[in-house]
Amino acid sequence: MKKKPLPTGAGVLASTQPLPEYGTVPDLSRDQRLEWYRMMYLTRKFEERSYQSYQTGLIGGFCHLYNGQEAVAAGTFAAITDADPVITAYRDHAHGLMRGIRPGPAFAELYGRATGIVKGKGGSMHYFNVEKQMYGGHGIVGGQTALGLGLAFATKYLGEKKVCFCYMGDGAVNQGTFHESLNLAQLMKIPVIYVIENNMYSMGTSVDRHSAPVELYKRALGYDMLGVRAEGMDFDHVRQVSWTLAERARSENLPAILELMTYRYRGHSMSDPQYYRSKEEVEEYRKHDPVEILRSRILSEATVNEKDLEALEEKVRKEVQEAHDWALASPFPAQSEIYTDIYA
Amino acid sequence: MAKIAYRDAVRDAMSEEMTRDSRVFLIGEEVAQYNGAYKCSKGLLDKFGPDRIIDSPISESGFAGLCIGAAMYGLRPIAEFMTFSFSFVAFDQIVNNAAQIRYMSGGQLKVPLVFRGNSGGGHQIGATHSHAPENIYATFPGLKVVVPAFAADAKGLLKSAIRDDNPILVIENEALYGRESEVPDGEYLTPIGKANILQEGTDLTIVTHGRSCWTVLEANQELHKMGIHAEIIDLRSIKPLDWPTVFASVRKTHRLVCVDETKPFCGVSSQVAAEVSRACFDHLDAPVLRVTSVEAPMPFSSALEDECIPNVARIIEAVKEVVA
Ligand SMILES: Cc1ncc(C[n+]2csc(CCOP(=O)(O)OP(=O)(O)O)c2C)c(N)n1
Ligand SMILES: [Mg+2]
Repeated sequence: MKKKPLPTGAGVLASTQPLPEYGTVPDLSRDQRLEWYRMMYLTRKFEERSYQSYQTGLIGGFCHLYNGQEAVAAGTFAAITDADPVITAYRDHAHGLMRGIRPGPAFAELYGRATGIVKGKGGSMHYFNVEKQMYGGHGIVGGQTALGLGLAFATKYLGEKKVCFCYMGDGAVNQGTFHESLNLAQLMKIPVIYVIENNMYSMGTSVDRHSAPVELYKRALGYDMLGVRAEGMDFDHVRQVSWTLAERARSENLPAILELMTYRYRGHSMSDPQYYRSKEEVEEYRKHDPVEILRSRILSEATVNEKDLEALEEKVRKEVQEAHDWALASPFPAQSEIYTDIYA
Repeated sequence: MAKIAYRDAVRDAMSEEMTRDSRVFLIGEEVAQYNGAYKCSKGLLDKFGPDRIIDSPISESGFAGLCIGAAMYGLRPIAEFMTFSFSFVAFDQIVNNAAQIRYMSGGQLKVPLVFRGNSGGGHQIGATHSHAPENIYATFPGLKVVVPAFAADAKGLLKSAIRDDNPILVIENEALYGRESEVPDGEYLTPIGKANILQEGTDLTIVTHGRSCWTVLEANQELHKMGIHAEIIDLRSIKPLDWPTVFASVRKTHRLVCVDETKPFCGVSSQVAAEVSRACFDHLDAPVLRVTSVEAPMPFSSALEDECIPNVARIIEAVKEVVA
């Protein structure tokens, strides 16, 4: 069966203005599609391994897992290029892995090792990979929204025709800096897309308990900005709507809010007994698993068979195990590292 | 060497650096069409256009963050705070982002960026508008802090700051914008981290910075009449601080008075006193005294306000006690 082109509005649930018509996102090749599936599967396995490592005491501090939200990072990234800057909050493992951080240095960072992607100085919440335009990993809720604005401003200043995707949680919409940034973005015509990863909770506070308007894309209304709410579990849907907004940003320097409806399977961080939601609710959402959705779509397209996919998955599991082992065998940073990288 | 006003020196620094490097731009409230609340950017909009001289809405956190993001991408922004009292609205961006990102990224990023603007009390604008925050920002590793007192350094320090690869706060002072002093002709850079000995002396050392330099020089005329020869040091740079110059002077004069406009508790003078008491313990012939702002919010009435920041009378009193 051949893949049918998606309509422009695929997965779009609502918007503050009519969606612009930029047509259908260009097709990915079979190999590219498989690669995005591999990245989503790798992220899932990486997070499962991180969960175990945390339980056994290998990871200290906070550790926010991405399970359930994989289609957001993958679908949005697959709509832009590695030359477009991205920046996110502390739930950043996926964004790092999908922007070129190898699982080894990623684990090593969680374990506080010298071989970590930021030398053991940032930890789980502060992945950076500037080589692939991944600008962190930020621990202050909403703080990165102004930085994303600045990255996008700089691309426009330099005449690069790029777009910056700035990721944030649903809870971050309540921060003042975000609202200052929205106004500045629309006023100054800055090509930034604010992707709200609406996983329905800000720690233990559900959206209806933290936001006066529960439809978060409507926050754009106060700034005459385009706000879109779309389904966030289907890689192809996410990719289509992201591409539309990215094309608009590139050609017209127009920002937008993209609220993607998603869900996190795990607790907020690691020590979260999750009194605020039921097991049934979590089970219900697991039935619409983003990794599974892309997997069965790929199989139905008959470009690859079950056996090949299993082989790919087996390879990923092995890669994750080896990366974990490598990270664990890595040394801790030297004491002298305390005083490096403070000033340029 | 021409005498020019401090505010014009600030403008000249920005203008020269923007001409030299297209990555430099200025953003802030009223910096473009209004020429700056204190006229420090007069004429720059006409010269560089609205893409590089940018009026921001009143969003300190937003435009500070914008500058940090732009610096992470390789631009070299100048953000003007109408006064540093308003920088506290952007405190999170400055201390959690600008100061930490190089470290947290394991050295992948640098943040070449200048935050500059007015500060200080003495103008009857009340407690929320009169802060001298250099000690606060100087506590954060990752930031540099400079406080020019004279037109030459207003120009020279700002030019050095714009060329530096780190986030730097250039803290100016409303009382000084209109004051004229000599600025060397042509290209002029003041090194960051280097104090300036304003006057050599033998009887005691006075370590000061910013607007207090002028007050100390005024007090010095009285001291001179009293036959007291003070060595007067303008720190210019609070972080990094030029310890060798301070220590060498105290080892020579054996007495120290610190004068500055930050608060007495954990202020710049507290830091100088602590370091000197360690490094020059055997050389000191008297306890180190401090003349600072007082432990109170800034009152409105001029009768009260004048007592709240270092003034000539308090400086002379402290000096007399130290040399007695
Ligand atoms: C300024 C600030 N306040 C509070 C916190 C503590 N905190 C960390 S995450 C979080 C919840 C944020 O939820 P959301 O934005 O929905 O993101 P999610 O965790 O769901 O990805 C809170 C309150 C923080 N890190 N920063
Ligand atoms: Mg959330």
